[in-house]
Amino acid sequence: MAGRAAGRLLPLLIFAAFAATPLVAAATGDSFIVSLGIRVMIFAIAALALDLLVGYGALVSFGHAAFIGLGAYAVGILSAHGIADALVALPVALAVSGLFALATGIVCLRTKGVYFIMITLAFGQMAFFTASSLAPYGGDDGLTIRARSLVAGFPLFADDRAFFYVVLGFLLATYLACRAVVASRFGRVFRGSRENAVRMATLGFNVYRFQLAAYVIAGVIGGLSGFLLANATEFVSPAYMSWQRSGELLIMIIFGGLGSLDGAIIGTAAFLLLEQWLSGFTEHWKVIFGPLLVLVAVFARGGIVGLAGRLKELIRG
Amino acid sequence: MAEPVLRLEALRKSFGGLTVTDDVTLEVLPGELHAVIGPNGAGKTTLINQVSGLLTPDAGRIRFAGRDITRLTPDARAMLGLARSFQITSILPGFSVRENVALAVQARAGSSFRFLGRAADEPVLNEPALAALAEVGLAARAEAPAGTLSHGEKRALELAIALAMEPKLLLLDEPMAGAGREETERLVAVLRRLKGRFPMVLVEHDMTAVFALADRISVLIYGRVLASGAPEAVRNDPQVVAAYLGEEME
Repeated sequence: MAGRAAGRLLPLLIFAAFAATPLVAAATGDSFIVSLGIRVMIFAIAALALDLLVGYGALVSFGHAAFIGLGAYAVGILSAHGIADALVALPVALAVSGLFALATGIVCLRTKGVYFIMITLAFGQMAFFTASSLAPYGGDDGLTIRARSLVAGFPLFADDRAFFYVVLGFLLATYLACRAVVASRFGRVFRGSRENAVRMATLGFNVYRFQLAAYVIAGVIGGLSGFLLANATEFVSPAYMSWQRSGELLIMIIFGGLGSLDGAIIGTAAFLLLEQWLSGFTEHWKVIFGPLLVLVAVFARGGIVGLAGRLKELIRG
Repeated sequence: MAEPVLRLEALRKSFGGLTVTDDVTLEVLPGELHAVIGPNGAGKTTLINQVSGLLTPDAGRIRFAGRDITRLTPDARAMLGLARSFQITSILPGFSVRENVALAVQARAGSSFRFLGRAADEPVLNEPALAALAEVGLAARAEAPAGTLSHGEKRALELAIALAMEPKLLLLDEPMAGAGREETERLVAVLRRLKGRFPMVLVEHDMTAVFALADRISVLIYGRVLASGAPEAVRNDPQVVAAYLGEEME
């Protein structure tokens, strides 16, 4: 089937494009695109996790940025206390965001639909205001990190190009892990609960436990994204977990096409590159960006990936 | 007499002021096909929903396979071997027909907390699924998306899903609802073949099907059991004829 072949070609193209970015930068002498690429990949990791919840489980989380923030603050706070090694900071970042997902997921997943959206937003805001009130760690102003994390004492992340490939490695690993989870026994139950939760229960599945596990997985991946973001910017701030950021992540995955992991990456890239490009023209770039989103939502069901698929069919006749 | 597989004891359920299940006591014996009939609004689906756990009774007890399941969740009951089909087709429309059934197999095939390996490629899940599909005559449609099936095919798929659960008791809520004459005949033939393999509770409006299949019939009217017994006895019960069958049999 064509879908199967395209299912392999598209990710190859995506990752080849990422891998080539630093080479293009070296050739053109434009080092900015390396840091832009890093930013895209880091948010793509978070978007993959969110798409797992929203696209495959119909769990519309409006507080996903909290996990990014928690991962980032783990790096910032540890670094403020002189612990700057990734071998400590990364497990802590993942554990903290995973525990937060577990604790909040237990409550959030008791609700459905709009209530789920509202309660995830509420927990996200709680994290945001907690971070804002952390006076020893910069409060509202945020916290500057002295240097990127070391890896077993080596400054592996210090060079931008090396760090780029580290992030690319994490993105690839996240992508492959998400693909495996979606196709696994676990993923099939999780996807089934999106389609018909009552049916899944009468088959003998405790849907809640599967959704909670998926929520924790998504939280941990969000924490990974935060860990990388703190290292990329050498700065953490409450803005990382603002509700606007959570909304942007949702827009990214809708832009790319819900329920498509390739779409999550493409949507993230499209969102951040458009933002970059449009803001170069005018500071009122959101005036252009807003209507564009509306157009995508109205005319391109299935996002960019869905649109590409339909175009291909059209060409083939 | 053999120990009943399912026993409802003085079950009661009201929605506001309306009593939908009124002191229902009912037994299903091993291997028996027990039909529950009654006019629309008699509380048949409400009764099935209480047995499968989607509704909690206000009073009374439900005993299944020797234990009290009155307070168990639907998934816990399903794991004990209680399978059901729905009056309004309840399938996963976006999944293939095979995957719909394979999920029922998966629920019984060890833990589903496995994050690696493609579930769709597992022979231990696919083979029993295809066998169940063959049993209801849907094998040829195994790879079709379930949402694209005809109404009659969806009814058959419901049955295949229930079969794949290897139930200790099968609750069938109007399995022929909305199916055409030919499809109904085919489903009756399938059910006749399955009869005796496991006990079944059959809620059905099609009296031809009911009298062709049932070992015992209970008549439900306004939430109450009006009569219960062998098909011939129920058919000739003057109360039943007056309240329900009179018009239905013409």
